[in-house]
Amino acid sequence: MLTEKEKYEILDEAKLYPYPSAACLDALKIVQHRRGWITDESVSDIAALLSLSTEHVDGVATFYSRIYRHEVGRHVILICDGISCMIMGYEPVYEYIAEKLGIRFGETTSDKRFTLLPVSCLGDCDHAPSMMINNDLYNDLTLEKIDHLLEKYV
Amino acid sequence: MEKPLTKHIMQDGSQLELKNYVQAGGYLVIHKVLKKMSPADVINEVKAANLLGRGGAGFSAGVKWSFITADKEAEPIRYLVCNADEMEPGTFKDRLLMEQHPHQLIAGMIITSYAIQANKAYIFLRWAYKKSETVLRKAIAQAYEAGYLGKNILGSGYDLDLYVHTSAGRYMCGEETGLLNALEGKRAIPRDKPPFPAISGLFGKPTVVNNVETLSNVPHILENGAGWFKSLSLTGEGGTKLYGVSGRVKNPGLWELPLGTPMREIIENYAGGMTNGYKLRAALPGGASTDFIMESQMDVAMDFASLVPLKSRLGTGTIIVLDDKTCPVAFIHNLEKFFALESCGWCTPCREGLPWVEKILKSIEEGNGKESDLEILKFHTHYCAPGHTFCAHAPGAMEPLQSGLIYFHDDFIRHINEKHCPWRS
Repeated sequence: MLTEKEKYEILDEAKLYPYPSAACLDALKIVQHRRGWITDESVSDIAALLSLSTEHVDGVATFYSRIYRHEVGRHVILICDGISCMIMGYEPVYEYIAEKLGIRFGETTSDKRFTLLPVSCLGDCDHAPSMMINNDLYNDLTLEKIDHLLEKYV
Repeated sequence: MEKPLTKHIMQDGSQLELKNYVQAGGYLVIHKVLKKMSPADVINEVKAANLLGRGGAGFSAGVKWSFITADKEAEPIRYLVCNADEMEPGTFKDRLLMEQHPHQLIAGMIITSYAIQANKAYIFLRWAYKKSETVLRKAIAQAYEAGYLGKNILGSGYDLDLYVHTSAGRYMCGEETGLLNALEGKRAIPRDKPPFPAISGLFGKPTVVNNVETLSNVPHILENGAGWFKSLSLTGEGGTKLYGVSGRVKNPGLWELPLGTPMREIIENYAGGMTNGYKLRAALPGGASTDFIMESQMDVAMDFASLVPLKSRLGTGTIIVLDDKTCPVAFIHNLEKFFALESCGWCTPCREGLPWVEKILKSIEEGNGKESDLEILKFHTHYCAPGHTFCAHAPGAMEPLQSGLIYFHDDFIRHINEKHCPWRS
């Protein structure tokens, strides 16, 4: 079930478009913002609210990289593996974080604290290598910086 | 050297506030345009300025606007969409314009909307640009409050509403018609053309889609005239360009320079040349989907026309430098992995071809390649060329591959013969 607050937010966003169905992606983002990821139940609930088929909503949900259809940790680490970050060395950054947390790309720590994912170019190429943790951008990364960064996310 | 786009950009990284922009004469041009010029006058001025699309395609903005019918009664609803889905690998120019100079973009969108007689406009913003989102939302609210947006703007009788739509991450959203589908809440697959968006775009209505940098140039053209704009560039294409350099250079960054500035000058004088211990081998002139320019060719002027004889493109104008300590096969593999992942899957050559290319490059890089693999790669550069696919995604993906296969042939052969990557000891 969507909460009243979620429904209100979705229908409020729908006012920006001539058809409520256009708010499909906004709805997914609103629900994910509150719950972390999109369950089958949320797909059905959003479909019902916006008069769309569940298949349509799931088609949209699975198309976009930043909509999660699997459970993710409390914090999502996105390491840029774009070309500028490759040249400037994202691989050592990735290996260091992967070893420290004991997870590879696509995995979540057993305490559900972190999920580790690659991301295509964060548009921060003059400060490569870069990564995002949740909504926060970190750049000019060095291994020394990383320990300190991860500590902020409990 | 005049730098209209960045002259008010604050060095400390903060945004230019509304009051400072107004003090500097910003938004004055809105009075002039809305009260003294007809939409046709605006279109003609921008056409004469030869403002070419800064998103990468280089199509004349004024000509694009002129495809929208002037008959407002026949088509009362039309839209302007700002393409702010900057996701071309190696590209970071629109971020600066949105994070630090939001009112310049808003002013450009007001003028452009007026020219095409749209009363609603959207900024389609990349999900990752969190700061841009905060800054733009605040700036839009300020613009409403000051009467530059909303009903009866500055008493002119013209209405405009401007919204921000944040996306959820997919390269295809940058493709004009894919973006329109995404904005309608659908999968960002491209649409068949014709009809072009000027006839049937967002929600089936006439629509113009322009890039952030393109729109940010518009207020300056209307303020200072087409002749002034054309005089800014070193070549026949009007204006300045936000050029960028990333990779192993001493001073990576962004600079607004006259359009047509030579690539070597940008890399040597502005990016400070190569980091000590690294040599310059080649560069992509404007993002991942452009062909390599070799070190010996770098006196080329960075504009839309000059790169064509070298079989490349200006693209976004943000240069990615390949140094001698980075493996060119790994470089190309990284790009093709990106393109394979980002294929929307709509048409077969792209959906099947790009992952095939990616797997072959991976195997060559890992030392398991055969010489016949190079033929398969070459075959794909023809098979995924323009005309064989639904949109420009796969053809763009083939650009660094086709030039890379020629320029780095010896490096490919070394991987195959030595059965390992010479850059990985």
